[in-house]
Amino acid sequence: MSNTNKNLVLKGTELRQHYVVSQGFFKEDALVKAVDGISFELERGKTLAVVGESGCGKSTLGRMLTMIETPTSGELDYKGQNLLTLSKSEQMALRQRIQIIFQNPYGSLNPRKKIGDILEEPLVINTKLTKAERKQKALAIMSKVGLKTEHYDRYPHMFSGGQRQRIAIARGLMLDPNVIVADEPVSALDVSVQAQVLNLMMDLQEEFGLSYVFISHDLSVVEHIADEVMVMYLGKVVEQGPKEHIFANPKHPYTLALMSSTPQLSPDKRRKRIKLQGELPSPLNPPSGCAFHGRCSFANDRCKTETPLLRREGEQLIACHAVEEQRMDLEEALA
Amino acid sequence: MSLLQLENLSVTFGKFKAVNNISYKVEEGEVLGIVGESGSGKSVSSLSIMGLIDFPGKVEADKLSFNGQDLLNMPEKQRRKLTGSEIAMIFQDPMTSLNPCFTVGYQIIEALKTHQGGSKKELNARAVELLNQVGIPAPETRLSAYPHQLSGGMSQRVMIAMAIACNPKLLIADEPTTALDVTIQAQIIDLLIDLQRQKQMGLVLITHDLALVAEVAHRVIVMYAGQIVESGPAAEVFSTPKHPYTQALLKSLPESSVGQSRLDALSGVVPGVYDRPAGCLLSPRCPYATDLCRSTEPETQGTLDRQVKCHTPLDVEGRPAA
Amino acid sequence: MARWGNWSYLLGTDDVGRDILSRLIHGARLSIAVGIISVTFSLFMGILLGLTAGYCKGMIDTTIMRIVDIMLAMPSLLLAIAIVAILGPSIINAALAISIVSLPHYVRLTRAATMAEMSRDYVTSSRVIGASPLRLMFICILPNCLAPLIVQATLGFSTAILDMAALGFLGLGAQPPTPEWGSMLADALQFVQRAWWVVTFPGLMILITVLAFNLMGDGLRDALDPKLKQ
Repeated sequence: MSNTNKNLVLKGTELRQHYVVSQGFFKEDALVKAVDGISFELERGKTLAVVGESGCGKSTLGRMLTMIETPTSGELDYKGQNLLTLSKSEQMALRQRIQIIFQNPYGSLNPRKKIGDILEEPLVINTKLTKAERKQKALAIMSKVGLKTEHYDRYPHMFSGGQRQRIAIARGLMLDPNVIVADEPVSALDVSVQAQVLNLMMDLQEEFGLSYVFISHDLSVVEHIADEVMVMYLGKVVEQGPKEHIFANPKHPYTLALMSSTPQLSPDKRRKRIKLQGELPSPLNPPSGCAFHGRCSFANDRCKTETPLLRREGEQLIACHAVEEQRMDLEEALA
Repeated sequence: MSLLQLENLSVTFGKFKAVNNISYKVEEGEVLGIVGESGSGKSVSSLSIMGLIDFPGKVEADKLSFNGQDLLNMPEKQRRKLTGSEIAMIFQDPMTSLNPCFTVGYQIIEALKTHQGGSKKELNARAVELLNQVGIPAPETRLSAYPHQLSGGMSQRVMIAMAIACNPKLLIADEPTTALDVTIQAQIIDLLIDLQRQKQMGLVLITHDLALVAEVAHRVIVMYAGQIVESGPAAEVFSTPKHPYTQALLKSLPESSVGQSRLDALSGVVPGVYDRPAGCLLSPRCPYATDLCRSTEPETQGTLDRQVKCHTPLDVEGRPAA
Repeated sequence: MARWGNWSYLLGTDDVGRDILSRLIHGARLSIAVGIISVTFSLFMGILLGLTAGYCKGMIDTTIMRIVDIMLAMPSLLLAIAIVAILGPSIINAALAISIVSLPHYVRLTRAATMAEMSRDYVTSSRVIGASPLRLMFICILPNCLAPLIVQATLGFSTAILDMAALGFLGLGAQPPTPEWGSMLADALQFVQRAWWVVTFPGLMILITVLAFNLMGDGLRDALDPKLKQ
């Protein structure tokens, strides 16, 4: 690499995940492009937020980054090493550095195991630590995430959702990772608990220099925690850039619609709703051209036929013909 | 006369009080938001209005009246007729609220048949009209669709169509958009509010999303651990909360801490079935708690228009009264 | 001659004048052994095959499940007879045959439970940690699939004893005069109207044993479930 950035931890280049879906005897198999050409860079101690509605491919992206799924094509670099071309054993070693936290804290912990066993499992598999050392480490991490020593011998069902999410975070930290992929980590939690967990995640980020890939549909949470935001629609990035710019000056019609649909507490912050017609199209049968054109009020004939590419527009990357041609009248849309 | 009036309603499961002495009312054409975290009893209280609390749950109240009719002492059959036609409810998960074995049309017509009756042709026409009303494109063809062929948003629209089929006076929506995406949520809420205005229904919107309630509700009730801790006009409650819990909830929203690195989180968790504290239920988590709060349960102060259940309600500045 | 109980023969005697109580006590060894052997074997193999099928999916799954379907499609007794005929008539072989016949139920049950658990996030997070397939299958997933298997196993116990009787009846299981509950029951059926005790007591023994195993299974299931521990 020519311009090596020392702080660069994770880099994805043109990542793609395509599935072949069989539709029965008489129909041809369909190709679902769950993730279609996504590139990003994640620096140490930073948070990349991936925003989108269900079915946009954000969870698939998370599963690719943690190598639960192997991308169909593309490159995934961890500190300059391409994870996808390494041997199995090298992959094993590196994949410890990228951990994942799931949305549902009720499903992500093995109900038959004690908290201690859950936390120590990564160490049992990947290290040669003795039992006592493992316990010591588990207790140390538990105190970091705000769990008490006596929780060590309890089972997951004895905990509330927020506490379980702490346990899940603790498990993610056991192998001293650099990157944590958090797939909707606070969506299943109550408001007050959500704030606690977000604070915890930010504290841990500062302490360990963690980088987060924060997958979420909740823009207000993203605005708080992200450094870099990536808005996805039907497997593609529609807008990508630094948080400040995206939130202060969203340009893509979909980003605008998302923001205006999010309820706001204070009346003066409320935006005029951009009403989106219809729903997310089926990935089995994606629209031609720009995937968003069916719901977009700025769509014209070009949008229906030609797929827009990501272009730099100021600080942001945007994939939209309307923005490129400057025929989007924001005042009118929001008035 | 209020459309719906509750006085000291309690729902108990064995020794556990899921809902504890709550009183509120809903006026005609009003949107009432009920907010609270999970386990606050917000869903249970609405189920009890619908008469959907099963054994071993027990509903007690000094008064539970709908449109002047006493729901508590009404014969079972009459009450069933009332709920479903005059009081309707929609639930959180639209995907499981529809029976996957039958077509959408069959289910809507079935609902219409039970409450209104009519010839097959009339019912069919009415079903199409209903689907049209809730904004489902090509309603004639959708009638023969099975629930699995519909998206979450569409299913919720069908649920709404079934709920408004009999022109109810009161619609209870229990987390109607929680399972849906943001853009679809906006569509569904707009639809609900439009229908509410058109038909001048009372709408009880139960949700954990404070911002959503702030946007659409006229009045709001904040529940915590089975009790109403605060209620009043939405704008007032959200701008100058009187109860520390409301204040803390509002503060813990990310949008309230823009520019701050950390959120103002309320410590601790909602007390569970077995660990409810003595005195005020919020006292272990409340930053302003005094010894009085830890020993004695506060009385509800104020009228039904603006009640607060706290020993030291907060003033306009957000500080506890001396 | 069958005779109703007196002080010398507490539960009476059977058609050839043998003491039923003694035969029941002696037969307990064999019947319980047969039950345990066949249940253990089919449980073990069923879990192995079911877990493999549910975990691996694809071709392996299809192959295992089609074989299981074929086994299910055949009349179970006929299959058992065929197996014993191949292996040679003996009690152990009969027990093996019975366990092979009841195998499909365990395989299907395990596979279904495995597939349900596979989609849970805790399995995925164990994979991210780097757990090997064997660890995932046996340490992570299996304990969460046990509850229905235990119930099936306790029920399978009674089926095993009764199937054994059928095999014995055909001369492929326990051979007379070896006492065995199932065959005692089967042999005495013709006297049921004249001498009720020759049928009742072996039947009662099977009932009590099966009930005991069921209760034990329930207890085991609860003991293994951390949710019920406080």
